[in-house]
Amino acid sequence: MIHVQALSKTYVLHTQGGTSIPVFKDAALRVAAGECVTLHGPSGAGKSTLLRCLYGNCKADSGSIMVCHGGEQVDIASAQPRTIIEVRNRTMGYVSQFLRAIPRVPALDVVAEPLRAMGVDVEAARARAGELLARLRIPERLWHLAPATFSGGEQQRVNIARGFAPQMPILLLDEPTASLDAANRAVVVGLIEEAKQRGAALVGVFHDDEVREAVSTRIVTLIPEVSA
Amino acid sequence: MSSQPLLRVTNLTHMYGNRVGCRDVSFELWPGEVIGIVGESGSGKSTLLSCLSTRQQPTSGLVEYDTKDQGLVDVYSLSEPRRRMLMRTDWGIVHQNPRDGLRMGVSAGANVGEPLMAVGARHYGDIRQQAATWLDKVEIDPERMDDQPKTFSGGMQQRLQIARNLVTHPRLVFMDEPTGGLDVSVQARLLDLLRRLVTDLGLSAIVVTHDLAVARLLAHRLMVMRQGQVVEHGLTDQVLDDPHHPYTQLLVSSVLQP
Amino acid sequence: MNTGYNFAYLDEQTKRMLRRAILKAVAIPGYQVPFGSREMPLPYGWGTGGIQVTAAVIGADDTLKVIDQGADDTTNAVSIRRFFARTTGVATTEKTVEATVIQTRHRIPETPLSDGQIMVYQVPIPEPLRWLEPRETETRKMHALADYGAMHVKLYEDIARYGHIATTYDYPVLVNGRYLMRPSPIPKFDNPKMDHSPALQLFGAGREKRIYAVPPYTSVKSLDFEDHPFEVQRWDQACALCGSTESFLDEVVTDDKGGRMYVCSDSDYCGERQKDQMQ
Repeated sequence: MIHVQALSKTYVLHTQGGTSIPVFKDAALRVAAGECVTLHGPSGAGKSTLLRCLYGNCKADSGSIMVCHGGEQVDIASAQPRTIIEVRNRTMGYVSQFLRAIPRVPALDVVAEPLRAMGVDVEAARARAGELLARLRIPERLWHLAPATFSGGEQQRVNIARGFAPQMPILLLDEPTASLDAANRAVVVGLIEEAKQRGAALVGVFHDDEVREAVSTRIVTLIPEVSA
Repeated sequence: MSSQPLLRVTNLTHMYGNRVGCRDVSFELWPGEVIGIVGESGSGKSTLLSCLSTRQQPTSGLVEYDTKDQGLVDVYSLSEPRRRMLMRTDWGIVHQNPRDGLRMGVSAGANVGEPLMAVGARHYGDIRQQAATWLDKVEIDPERMDDQPKTFSGGMQQRLQIARNLVTHPRLVFMDEPTGGLDVSVQARLLDLLRRLVTDLGLSAIVVTHDLAVARLLAHRLMVMRQGQVVEHGLTDQVLDDPHHPYTQLLVSSVLQP
Repeated sequence: MNTGYNFAYLDEQTKRMLRRAILKAVAIPGYQVPFGSREMPLPYGWGTGGIQVTAAVIGADDTLKVIDQGADDTTNAVSIRRFFARTTGVATTEKTVEATVIQTRHRIPETPLSDGQIMVYQVPIPEPLRWLEPRETETRKMHALADYGAMHVKLYEDIARYGHIATTYDYPVLVNGRYLMRPSPIPKFDNPKMDHSPALQLFGAGREKRIYAVPPYTSVKSLDFEDHPFEVQRWDQACALCGSTESFLDEVVTDDKGGRMYVCSDSDYCGERQKDQMQ
């Protein structure tokens, strides 16, 4: 489902005298359907950056990221923005640590939105959204409020619900369990297992050893690049 | 996915004498896409928007639009009547100041109904019905449709302007700082409304703004302008989260966090 | 006749200039032709445009009728009629059927016009789009492109506010299916008389320096909505003097105890009917 080859990324900070921070060089990764590959390594090794490159949120300097999108191979590293948007709408989901709350949009619609983007009708999308929110123990009285006012943990769970709602063939998980309690962590582990069962390809970064052990089919270790 | 862009811009340049308004701007806008143009004051955003929306003849370059009957056509080669018709049926322009886009002396209903009358609607009841529907969509109480916009708040005026622009179901909307001059709570409501309308109607839009948060919410793609030129161009979240050009990095790092 | 002036007051060059403007106006029905308006021996607003048009078209064998609000005996009508009598020596009349040139302010006679007659209207503001567009450059462009949708906004506002189209005079019309035109401040009651009229209709605006025309047998359509069609005024009463139920009536207050009567505004029409009834 995902095939990364010779991927390199360096951050250049122009506002700080053009400092170069190499993140990784010639990274390679292959993920098949039904797999959950965990990126592991010390902080600064580029785990999040690699995930963000897969999602098109970071622009790699060189290399390719081939992704299977509706039977076609798309290179995220060189694709047109509108192609990447199309891939994000239909093929690839991303769960980050933080929810980007949109003013005035209620939690239920935040979760239903990716389904709506796929063309699911309002009622079905909301039903699915409600199902996930319930599983993640978001009390129903909060569903119709905008999540901007929620606690950090609640916002994160809304974000997880949003990520899992559309059942994407590829799912990228950036520390989805970072600030969750044990019960909610178990729910997320369950969701990941279900995604694997239905044949999704998952790539994740998990801080929590327990969760990592529970969900990973394979662990890839990244080593930090040494600054030149 | 559609195989033809809605708008194709090639090497668009506008000079004010020796001074650069915008230079060598090229891009394509696809159906359903929202492009944000960001940059500081004087970077050429508004000049570019004026050139695109045929309000200012560019010094050189090409602006082509996918017309329903003839396909991609250079908008500056169209005759004035056809261009006006195009602007009336296919395009909308949301000005920063609602006073520039509304008739302040006639009722809200007439403001929304006028574009319909301009394309030949002659049934009062239908026009009124449509105006009421649109006022409702932009969250203005239809009870107020016979009031003049000068009795409305700034946020309401801006929403009325949006209704007036969308009533003819345009395919492309130009917005010049649509949330400028509004306080934040009003801004949030407007942004949410715009986002919903753009998605529900499958609109394409070009939004000029200096507010990166507005750009992130509304735009799929971002063009960063500086001194009349596009210095960076890409997916909105990629440009904002992983900016490459020194100017974009400066812009992104200069945003105040509340 | 006063011989101190050229025939019809204006010099021949000026009249030629006016005739050229009139010919152009006739050729493009409803189109406003700019002309070099002259100072006339009466103030703007008293009919300087109409007088110049009349002066340009009147000949020694014409018979002139002048009406103001339908009447031949009001100040404005009397003084303009006397002006032309003194400067041209032409015959004047109060009878619509006898006149070859009729200069009017605010009415069209009730008696149907016929071939060969010329109606001259006095126009205060010629531009129908002026109320919504102050720029002359833009209104000209709107005319050029027949970009008239906004005109209905005014009618829309009427219905929204009063429940019906409340514009009762100077009601906008579309001439020959092309140009939008102000018919001058005649009541909308008279609008249907303009449509396919056998007479030549000329409009002069002295202050605004515009001449426009509706040639004989030209379509003149009043703007309206499908569900609010154009309608003319109707009265419950008949004329108190001649009993007409077809004419445009003026309300006349007869005492200070609320007494009032309705009489024809067209004094010639009313008088002729009364004479017929006497016999």
